Amino acid sequence: MPRPDDGILARRDEIAAALREIVPGEGVVTDEDERRAYETDGLTAYRDLPLAVVLPETREQASRVLAYCKEAGVKVVPRGAGTGLSGGALPLRDGILLAMGKFNRILEVDYDNRCVVAQPGVTNLAITQAVEAEGFYYAPDPSSQIACSIGGNVAENSGGVHCLKYGVTTNNLLGLEVVLMDGSAIEIGGRHLDSEGYDLLGLLTGSEGLLGVVTEVTVRILRKPETARALLVGFPSSEQAGDCVAAIIGAGIIPGGMEIMDANAVRAAEDFVKAGYPLDVEALLIVELDGPQVEVDHLVAQVGAIAEAKGAVTSKVSESEEERLRFWAGRKAAFPAIGRITPDYYCMDGTIPRRRLPEVLKRMTEMSERYGLGVANVFHAGDGNLHPLIMYDANNPGELERAEEFGAEILKLCVEVGGVLTGEHGVGVEKRDLMGEMFSEADLKQQQRVKCAFDPDALLNPGKVFPQLHRCAELGRMHIHRGRMPFPDLPRF
Amino acid sequence: MRETFKPEDSKQAAEAVAWAAAEEAPLEVLGQGSKRGLGRPVQASRDLDLSALSGIASYEPDELVLTAAAGTPMAEIEQALEAEGQMLAFEPPDLGPLYGREAGGGSIGGVLACNLSGPRRIKAGAARDHFLGLEAVSGRGEIFRAGGKVVKNVTGYDLAKLLAGSYGTLAAFTEVTVKVLPRPEKTYSVLLFGLDDRGALEAMTRALTSEHEVSGAAHLPEAMAKRAPVDYLAEAGSNVTAIRVEGPGPSVKHRVAALRQELGDLAPSEELHSRNSATLWHWLAGGGPLANGVNEGAAIWRLSTTPSEGPSVMAKIAGEETLESYYDWGGGLLWLALPQGEDAGAGRVRGALEGLRGHATLLRADDALRAAVPVFEPLDAAKGALTERIKDGFDPRRVLNPGRMYAGI
Repeated sequence: MPRPDDGILARRDEIAAALREIVPGEGVVTDEDERRAYETDGLTAYRDLPLAVVLPETREQASRVLAYCKEAGVKVVPRGAGTGLSGGALPLRDGILLAMGKFNRILEVDYDNRCVVAQPGVTNLAITQAVEAEGFYYAPDPSSQIACSIGGNVAENSGGVHCLKYGVTTNNLLGLEVVLMDGSAIEIGGRHLDSEGYDLLGLLTGSEGLLGVVTEVTVRILRKPETARALLVGFPSSEQAGDCVAAIIGAGIIPGGMEIMDANAVRAAEDFVKAGYPLDVEALLIVELDGPQVEVDHLVAQVGAIAEAKGAVTSKVSESEEERLRFWAGRKAAFPAIGRITPDYYCMDGTIPRRRLPEVLKRMTEMSERYGLGVANVFHAGDGNLHPLIMYDANNPGELERAEEFGAEILKLCVEVGGVLTGEHGVGVEKRDLMGEMFSEADLKQQQRVKCAFDPDALLNPGKVFPQLHRCAELGRMHIHRGRMPFPDLPRF
Repeated sequence: MRETFKPEDSKQAAEAVAWAAAEEAPLEVLGQGSKRGLGRPVQASRDLDLSALSGIASYEPDELVLTAAAGTPMAEIEQALEAEGQMLAFEPPDLGPLYGREAGGGSIGGVLACNLSGPRRIKAGAARDHFLGLEAVSGRGEIFRAGGKVVKNVTGYDLAKLLAGSYGTLAAFTEVTVKVLPRPEKTYSVLLFGLDDRGALEAMTRALTSEHEVSGAAHLPEAMAKRAPVDYLAEAGSNVTAIRVEGPGPSVKHRVAALRQELGDLAPSEELHSRNSATLWHWLAGGGPLANGVNEGAAIWRLSTTPSEGPSVMAKIAGEETLESYYDWGGGLLWLALPQGEDAGAGRVRGALEGLRGHATLLRADDALRAAVPVFEPLDAAKGALTERIKDGFDPRRVLNPGRMYAGI
């Protein structure tokens, strides 16, 4: 992280007093014990105490806080519910933490236009709960959905198990209201489709709190599918499970959900929730089909036949809603299940081209032996998003560092085979220093020039995403080589 | 004489742009030039023709990913996808005939640069939702990459989204990666006859809020329906509302029957099966009802607004006159043909949006009008300033398609 600015640290009381002018009452937290509650997000290995925590209640307050911080040169880290897994809301000692938890109201439900307008602190699940009585839901469903906020989902472009069919956050947004670092507010989109001008909605989504602070969100809601059924299919090898997934997609079927668990994950989950998973398989595939009953039944039969042809050794189809939920219970509890068998675990999040799965798993097993740390895998098989869970014990000196090295090596492998560093958790501080594995200096500089358009002084969430901070003046400079005609051999007409 | 640079690889493209930046000599960025009539006329005396950057670099149907050089013809992409039973789910419209060109033109880079999507936009998303990654040359003459070649990725800013719909004003694509999806086994449509705008909105809204996974909802006044390349519409003798359902055979049959029953109290209905249904939606996507030998001297607009406001916006624009127009996107997209007149109808069209969110694009008009009238919805001060700063980051010397979207951008 950037070295804390002593000048700012020395002005803490003055800064807090100025912020209290904007957010009165208990909206500015300076007490050390209270600040402690905000020292980390879902990536708990990293912690720091913010200069102060500010909890605005209105857009106007948020806007004035940012304008003040820009004027005073104070860094700002935005935070939703603090469930992020890449350290995107990790506080800075010389910066305020702008916590958006008080923006917790659903402002409007509009069924005719199939959307909900909500404040950013509303939880992901609360949106679905607000509309489910009418038979609707909000599709992206990150596993933290009971706690994570919709504003945080926008910042991280969160996914979930249903995103191959229904898309991630960015595909389910219609509008945003955002406050920029200079305090100005912009309104993007609304209840209509597409944008005039540049697609700022798409740019801001997944920008990890580096470009602006979301103060209002309009999401698309969908009618709940009539029904859903799941198949639970066991394979003697991960290769066959991967082949089966490829064949399902090759047959033109996009299931609502499609997950693979490896033997370690299956065993841990079965011990924990007794979902009825077969223990003698190397890979377990869960396929969920949703839609009209007649379509689901039709596709269940097709998927069952494909699985058999691909060498499934066990295969079950859910015959009731209760059974379907039981099939999922093990997968949904996979993380805590691993948590039971190891003091600590570190959850990774790379994406690979699916056909490289067997090779990646094999090399991960080799790494596991080399690092002396266990690993279990759950895999969003439809879209190639891999979640290796590295098991370690933070109380053993050096083990956390070893787990991190192991994780970094996995992510480098993902890039090597044609994939990416993160499928849904974000870069944050966690993968910041690996960005060079995937992007060249020129690529990263071009991204940072976008940052300069929004926040030229680099005050908003600095130290995240980019391994190196460049000054905007330096990034803006152009090296001109005049007079040299382009490629004399170039065809001209 | 107009000079054309026609690079054969991305390095040559970068050299051409670097030279243009050094000389402050603006370039018009082209794939096949099929959408040259869309946007403000570009003030450039040189073309950067990317059509030699052509060919599918990799296509893995079961990974749902296709990578191609930016200048690859759409016809080639669509042929490759069709051979594997797949498609670009955002249904890129073929605007060729609207601009007086042959059908079947255009390049993949051009489709993405304009973020053009068809009727399935309401269910499957826009072009930008399927744009996974890219290599491009910025206005600084530098090659950069963004995004990735897998369907799920949040590494770094989503520059693919920013560049989709930027009309070549930020960077010239050299290679693009898109998400592809299986083509539905069956495409059926329910037709409802004789509904007025309000009635059609009710029918479309009911369909779109049903469980039947509707993938298209459009409404045509009688005069437009009469021009349809499908007899059921051409011979209907009334307004026609069309609702599309796609998927496996048994599912489509079931849903069409259910929709006809659920909408039966509103209007008499008929159903269209595969070929007729596909023909209808292809025609609607490309502005067919307003083109093909009619409205030749007219300005064509596309207006996106809150679906429930569609009919009232349409009524405001129409005023006392009859208007050549139709609805797509469940009422949220208005296609309009207006006399070019002094302002191509911009006052009427944009006036009708006042107080509402939404945007209108002057899709087609004479060059002089497109230079004089804002083609894209004017930006408010805050977004305008931000847009300018974003442009500065990519193209500080204003050499890539300057003025194509907004003056000075």
